[in-house]
Amino acid sequence: MTAPAPTALIPAKQRPGDRLFSGSALVAGSLILAVLAAVAAFLVIQSVPAVTTDPDDISILRGANIVEYIGPLVFGTVWAAFIALVLAVPVAIGIALFISHYAPRRLAQGLGYIIDLLAAVPSVVFGLWGGNVLAPAIQPLYTWLEQNLGWIPLFAGPASGTGRTILTASVVLAVMILPIITAICREVFLQTPVLHEEAALALGATRWEMIRMAVLPFGRAGIVSASMLGLGRALGETMAVAMVLSASGGITLNLISSSNPSTIAANIALSFPEAYGVNVNVLIASGLVLFAITLLVNTIARIIVNRRKDFSGAN
Amino acid sequence: MSQITAPPKTGESAGAMPNSYATGKLPKFVPWAILAASLVVTFAIFALFAAADPEGGFNTAAAVFLGVVLYGIVLFVVARMIEGTRRAKDRLVTTLVTLAFLIALLPLISLLSTVLLNGTARFDLQFFTNSMRSVVGEGGGALHAITGTVLMTGAAAIISIPIGLMTSIYLVEYGRGRLAQAITFFVDVMTGIPSIVAGLFAYTLFVIIFGPGVRLGVAGAIALAVLMIPVVVRSSEEMLRLVPNELREAAFALGVPKWLVVLKVVLPTSIAGLTTGIMLSISRVIGETAPLLVAAGYTNNMNYDLFDGRMQSLPVFVYSSYVSQGTEAQAYLDRAWTGALTLILIVMALNLLARFIARAFSPKLSR
Repeated sequence: MTAPAPTALIPAKQRPGDRLFSGSALVAGSLILAVLAAVAAFLVIQSVPAVTTDPDDISILRGANIVEYIGPLVFGTVWAAFIALVLAVPVAIGIALFISHYAPRRLAQGLGYIIDLLAAVPSVVFGLWGGNVLAPAIQPLYTWLEQNLGWIPLFAGPASGTGRTILTASVVLAVMILPIITAICREVFLQTPVLHEEAALALGATRWEMIRMAVLPFGRAGIVSASMLGLGRALGETMAVAMVLSASGGITLNLISSSNPSTIAANIALSFPEAYGVNVNVLIASGLVLFAITLLVNTIARIIVNRRKDFSGAN
Repeated sequence: MSQITAPPKTGESAGAMPNSYATGKLPKFVPWAILAASLVVTFAIFALFAAADPEGGFNTAAAVFLGVVLYGIVLFVVARMIEGTRRAKDRLVTTLVTLAFLIALLPLISLLSTVLLNGTARFDLQFFTNSMRSVVGEGGGALHAITGTVLMTGAAAIISIPIGLMTSIYLVEYGRGRLAQAITFFVDVMTGIPSIVAGLFAYTLFVIIFGPGVRLGVAGAIALAVLMIPVVVRSSEEMLRLVPNELREAAFALGVPKWLVVLKVVLPTSIAGLTTGIMLSISRVIGETAPLLVAAGYTNNMNYDLFDGRMQSLPVFVYSSYVSQGTEAQAYLDRAWTGALTLILIVMALNLLARFIARAFSPKLSR
């Protein structure tokens, strides 16, 4: 039942048009819950054969069991997304501060549009660019890193000759999640109470001290949730990784060598077109794991965002 | 504070009272002068390197990078001597923040310029009038892919616009209590579904109906709809909430039933914003590759029927031309770049159109 007039004691007259309209709105809303439930249910149903079938009968596993197959993929997914996040967050905060507090007021909105342009580029174009332009361009840096910083396990080498390493894939991912993180951080920074900022400036703070004392503490939760949303996007990103990375499987922390762990999404995209029989179910099971991981990350991000809404003075 | 370090400069204007607000402050041109000087220095050093080792060549990127680093250090030291530590830190952060913005521009410029340069090679009539049917080397086009993209995105829009719009109406006009909260939360969650998982969902849905190995255009459309619905809900919800409550109450006071208020007052008021949000959501899903690769497959042939057989789309066309380069690799790469250029142009056009609609038709709320 819908109650259109919350304060009135006399219930509003329910016309057929009202019933139809509110009913269809309700159905549409519930449909979303149904779709989400169906996504989870169908993936689970289709994953079951991958677990119950004897691993020796599944050609894609090559003798390993399903945990040993998905494990390195999970590692690659999380590792690539983590590096992308480490690269993107400081730059994104910098850009957001530049647009909200440093750039001339007239230019600020235009500069925001320019960064939003990055979000409009389809992922397949990023993949094409990463594989053909970025990888060859960044390869000399890897040789340099191997020669000069080779004692750090991350840069142990031997440096890849093509530049198609997990670090390159992460750089592309970082560029792709930059606009999301920047947009949210910018919104949060702009919401800082002007009185706080002016109070800091009036006490003689420089612009950086004002930002450190007024803007950043206010926006901390926003930065965290923006990063989590960016992480969620990076975890699920498919084409950029599939087209840039030359994956060999396995688990390694080495960022610049030619043996790289693959990611779940990229592995599905590369293997799915040729997959048959139970192999398909194995890939769907890995997709289910990816779904669970992103669901977890996004839920945490949303909870942080909602908590912030309750406690901050904004809105 | 920083009055201690009054440099001999102030002595030049002997006779006049020293301005206490201007002392201990760098003139405006100093940062620019330092930037120019440090760039000159690093370029000179790298030119010497290049002269000593002709095979190495001149490394512009490294020169610019080290020049900017040098600028940051010199400016910090100079500001610290004249203005004090706090202002020096402020200047350092200003440099870093500006640098972050410029760094973000690099990939954008590089990406757009390469796509433009490489994409124009095959940006011709043949590309838009031919399919890839029995094309092995050069020639061929992407008409089948463009058709597929239009059909599947159109079908996805037909599925998701009514659902998304009605959901947002429910959330804004009717929804109270737990169900509305749950829907809001799960729409947020749905925004974060990885695109490939949406593709797998559509595939499993049709596997359950038609048996394994099925690839259909309509499956691709459903995968896109799963990605599109939450975006439509989010943007329409925001737009509906912008409609002033006074308008609704005025209509209620005249005895208009609620559904007519929504239909005749709320929706017309927010129609510009709704259209903008829907166009932006279309521009978001039109570039999706992974779900279509999984659910609709790829083909070289024209397919007009969403319910029969594999269907090519523009993003998958770019991907498959890049991944499976035939005997004449360059021809395949050229087609991939041109496909990418077409895709970017479509997305940009949709974005610009959406912004134009938002600006031109939005109701004037502020008086």
